[in-house]
Amino acid sequence: MAAWTPYAALALAVLATPWLVADTYLLSLGSLIGVFALAVTGLNLLIGMAGQVSLGQAAFFGLGAYGSGILSVHFGLPVGLAMLCAVGIACLVALVLAVPTLKLEGHYLVMATLGFNIIFTIVCIQWEPMTGGTSGLFGIPGMELAGVNLSDDRIFFYVVWAVLLVVLWLCANFLRTRPGRALRSLHQGDLLPASLGVPVTRYKVGLFTAAALLTALAGALYAHYFQFISPHSFDMFVSLQLVTMTALGGLGNLWGGIFGAAFLLLLPEWLHAWPDLMILLHGLILMLVLMFCPKGLLPEMGVAIQKVVRRARRTRI
Amino acid sequence: MLLDQLPQFLLSGLTSGSIYALVAVGFCIIYNATGLVNFAQGEFVMLGAMLMIGLTQDMGLAMPVAFVTSIAAAMLLGVFLERVPLGLARSRHVLILVLVTVGFSIAARGAASLIWGKTARALPAFSTEAPLLVAGAVISRQALWILAVTMICVALLHLFFQRTAVGQAIRAVSDNRHGAILVGVPVARMVMISFALSAGLGATAGMLIAPITGMHYSAGVMLGLKGFAAAILGGYGHVWGAVAGGLLLGVLESLAAGFVSSAYKDALAFLILLCVLWIRPAGLFGKARTRRV
Repeated sequence: MAAWTPYAALALAVLATPWLVADTYLLSLGSLIGVFALAVTGLNLLIGMAGQVSLGQAAFFGLGAYGSGILSVHFGLPVGLAMLCAVGIACLVALVLAVPTLKLEGHYLVMATLGFNIIFTIVCIQWEPMTGGTSGLFGIPGMELAGVNLSDDRIFFYVVWAVLLVVLWLCANFLRTRPGRALRSLHQGDLLPASLGVPVTRYKVGLFTAAALLTALAGALYAHYFQFISPHSFDMFVSLQLVTMTALGGLGNLWGGIFGAAFLLLLPEWLHAWPDLMILLHGLILMLVLMFCPKGLLPEMGVAIQKVVRRARRTRI
Repeated sequence: MLLDQLPQFLLSGLTSGSIYALVAVGFCIIYNATGLVNFAQGEFVMLGAMLMIGLTQDMGLAMPVAFVTSIAAAMLLGVFLERVPLGLARSRHVLILVLVTVGFSIAARGAASLIWGKTARALPAFSTEAPLLVAGAVISRQALWILAVTMICVALLHLFFQRTAVGQAIRAVSDNRHGAILVGVPVARMVMISFALSAGLGATAGMLIAPITGMHYSAGVMLGLKGFAAAILGGYGHVWGAVAGGLLLGVLESLAAGFVSSAYKDALAFLILLCVLWIRPAGLFGKARTRRV
């Protein structure tokens, strides 16, 4: 079992936030961070554990969102069932895509997943009767459970972060099991794990599918919270953003994903004061953070604090 | 009849394919020298075109002067990317360095939108005579320029890599980095030259395509992606493969747009790319790597 203290601390913080933050815009931003952190967790398993970079994660995010949205709007499925089906579809697509694709290595894998993402975006734009085209899909119903509106700003915040906490806890514990340790051995290359009898291909396919599952779940939650989706929320730039969030949080650092997501989503909010300079500053800050905090924001901050503490102690003596 | 238009489709495919080829070669040169995918490659294409537009229209420079100046400026920027953001980065992890180039590309886009605004700008064609008619296809003068300049670039690159000492040293670095260090090749300088070279090629591609499609601050993204796809199609790191991959991608895309659906043009191009990768994981011209324990 993973240590429970960080989970309890995060749970307390989550419980307190809606009481401290009255502004619904800020609260929905907090929910969005939770949604993206969920998607990043999936990607983090793939990149940090297995060393496989996917630039098509936004397509799975979109499969969850559009799948669930279309099933509930056009086919009248109840929201819960629509979400379940959408996540299932995304897993199936991931499985079909994974078998030939994961044979590819490095840049070829990046290109294949990127290509998949571009195709997905074009289909979203062109298949107007179903997706609503560039103007997006309107009127997606909200989530409801036993008469409680789960898409309410405050309640949805709890829902997303509860899901995220459970997923993080499951992942952390899974990584300590025998198959989990085998997965962690993959990122150094296939040779060693394969020679120790780890079924490398099967594990990679499984991991790719699991990453797609988490990302699609995040997408489905996104669609039923905002109740409106449009193609550009799921294009390759979002995939690139997800990878950047993973790197900012620290590769393989499950908790870091939250910080990566928060940093990248809050950055444009801070930069809104300078609309002309926004793109330039966004790029520069991203570049500088990646240059000087390559291990991720959270670990680097820890190191910096340790240094300050040590220096303070030394001066006292 | 659609089939009558086949020569036209082929020709316009070869024209855009030439641009993809130039961008793809840029990707390959940097990959060979460093093992990185340079996501800012498309931004060099955009910057080349925007610089040329700025120099000729806002500052009144003559076309040839602006052409050379833009290439030189792009090459300097390539050297800057290699020296400063990549050179000072504390991590040598490939993914982190690739993401640094992503950050650089966003910053470059932001800078371009500040300097030249967010609206699309046009560049007049290099020569203004009437288009030619060859084998039932109309060729604009600009398309001729594109084909000719691409051919010249590829020929010059061939001479550079085969005949000059610097070109051979760059090949040595991509072949075996440690071996190159041992025989005294100044590897750092070769890497720098590679960045300059591919930035210059990108800028050339941008200036060639701008009179046909126009250019705006974020137009480099799709051109860069197509170039990346072309490089992968040809077998990543294989310069001749990249040229062939670029031309092939251009032709496939143009045929898909002409005979199937122009709305799904890009989707079809990437679908074909995925199929090629699944059948030949190392690209059309790449050698399949064999590994022995």
